[in-house]
Amino acid sequence: MRTGSTALLIEARGITVRFGKVTALDGLELTADPGQVLAVLGPNGAGKTTFVRCLATLVRPDSGVLRVRGQDVVRDAARVRKDIGLAGQFAAVEPTMSGRENLEMTARLFGHGRTAARRAASAVIEQLDLGEVADRRSSTYSGGQRRRLDLGASLVGSPRLLLLDEPTTGLDPASRSEVWAAVRGLAAAGTDILLTTHYLDEADQLADQVVVIDHGRVIATGTLSELKGSIGQDVIEIAVADPRQLPAAAQIVSQVTSGPARREPTGQRLTAPAPGGPGQLGEVIARLAGASIAVDEIGLRRPTLDEAFLALTGATESTDDRSVSAGQTTIGSRS
Amino acid sequence: MTAFEAPGRPARAPSTASASGQVAIRALRKYIRTPGLSLMGVVQSVLFLFSFRYVFGGAIHAGGTSYVDFLVPAYVASIVLFTGGGIAVAVAEDKVQGFTDRLLSLPVSRYSLVLGRTVADSATNVWSIISTAAFGFLFGFRLPGSWQDGIAALGLCVVYAVVFTVVFIVMGLFAPSGQAAQGMSLIAFVFAFISSAYVPATSMPGWLQPFSKYQPLTPMVDAVRSLLTGSTSDVGLALAWCALLVVLFTPIAVIRYRRA
Repeated sequence: MRTGSTALLIEARGITVRFGKVTALDGLELTADPGQVLAVLGPNGAGKTTFVRCLATLVRPDSGVLRVRGQDVVRDAARVRKDIGLAGQFAAVEPTMSGRENLEMTARLFGHGRTAARRAASAVIEQLDLGEVADRRSSTYSGGQRRRLDLGASLVGSPRLLLLDEPTTGLDPASRSEVWAAVRGLAAAGTDILLTTHYLDEADQLADQVVVIDHGRVIATGTLSELKGSIGQDVIEIAVADPRQLPAAAQIVSQVTSGPARREPTGQRLTAPAPGGPGQLGEVIARLAGASIAVDEIGLRRPTLDEAFLALTGATESTDDRSVSAGQTTIGSRS
Repeated sequence: MTAFEAPGRPARAPSTASASGQVAIRALRKYIRTPGLSLMGVVQSVLFLFSFRYVFGGAIHAGGTSYVDFLVPAYVASIVLFTGGGIAVAVAEDKVQGFTDRLLSLPVSRYSLVLGRTVADSATNVWSIISTAAFGFLFGFRLPGSWQDGIAALGLCVVYAVVFTVVFIVMGLFAPSGQAAQGMSLIAFVFAFISSAYVPATSMPGWLQPFSKYQPLTPMVDAVRSLLTGSTSDVGLALAWCALLVVLFTPIAVIRYRRA
């Protein structure tokens, strides 16, 4: 049954998808309101891509109900397709065609007439800042330009929900920030976006809401600060002025917080969970001063998404060697 | 970055004809703009024709006619079996590289994927047929009958091209990669060579002759040869094979595309 404009953006009830013996989604439950950027975060093989493919009507769930804006992805597939735009893991643009030709073609396939398609392509070219390369063959584009073009192709039908499956996987840092800027621009202009990522900083940069999935199930959901808060403790972070005093500082910190202090791989920096919050920070400051240890920087902060993520998935981690990375690790894609 | 000037949402999904047209235009652009496909394909088939005509041909006795007159009609009729590998590869690559996913996520009729692809690849095959036939004349082939008979025979070759295009699309849809599609399409060589196309079937050993006689390509080739002399023998059987292949493979293609 379809509902009006008050419908949820996404409503997933008990979605299960099996490929042979592999269970990709295992009773996934998720609801999301319109008007946001939602990041689906999870380790490789968690089911992120399968979930996007279900939303894009490419995979039928074996059981469960999945609705996009109140429309069932199986029974109302044709309507759902009018509402979504998909940019998959590979830039699905035709390399022998120019950016403009690619966009006009996709616009026609969304149902635009010739003139409207031309207008839509021009609008997207301007929006994604592709003007300079629009009339060159897309085979000559840089990785970031090609990905932006692919993003554009998913936009020419003005979708109500944009699905981005690992939009920056395999891109160099400069291209990543290009794509991030484009996604932010779209979100600011009011496009609802669901993106999957295994880069924590990407979710941090782009998303209002984060859903963490693992083994085909949602294991946490909330805003970024809720998610960070859900592992509770704030973190004391210290940068000492003299690296030789690092061990002494670490000892003080772990005495105060009654836990181990972690030495960060870069620089003379220490972090430690501080269950006692600001009180413990005050005590650390006093004791460091007492021991004449000079600090460049000291403070109490919320845990990073990395720290939250590891705490969340650590509990369900099995013996396989899946890994999550906050940086530029390339992780193989689901075939 | 300026706010996104929404170009508006299309009121309705594109018609099957319009969507097929876009799918076809894109496939044709890829073909024409990739010299490795549009030119090398022709070069390859001309080299094949050249080898049969001038290298092997001298050793093959084609009964009453000269070998070039025996070979060229059959070669043009079966050209799609050699160029079809490219169709299978293109279809497999579209699937692997996400292009098919993109199409399937758009509000287009599922038929338009097969229809557009078939139109485009049939067009590229017409190009192969005409250019190869032209080289056939250059290598010494002469029409045995009227030019109208020649046009009729050429028309039948085009029909075969359309039919086998669908077969190769299905092959590409089942291949896990472009390379695998290339490998799978080699099976077409079995049908091309164990037929009456390059040598008279009667020159093959007895145990091989039934395959040669009852597989679809032999009546197809024989029908083209008959049309050239103004006869219609074997044409009915050839068209029946065409109908059977289309009826068999089109639904597989449509269903398989949906599951890509």
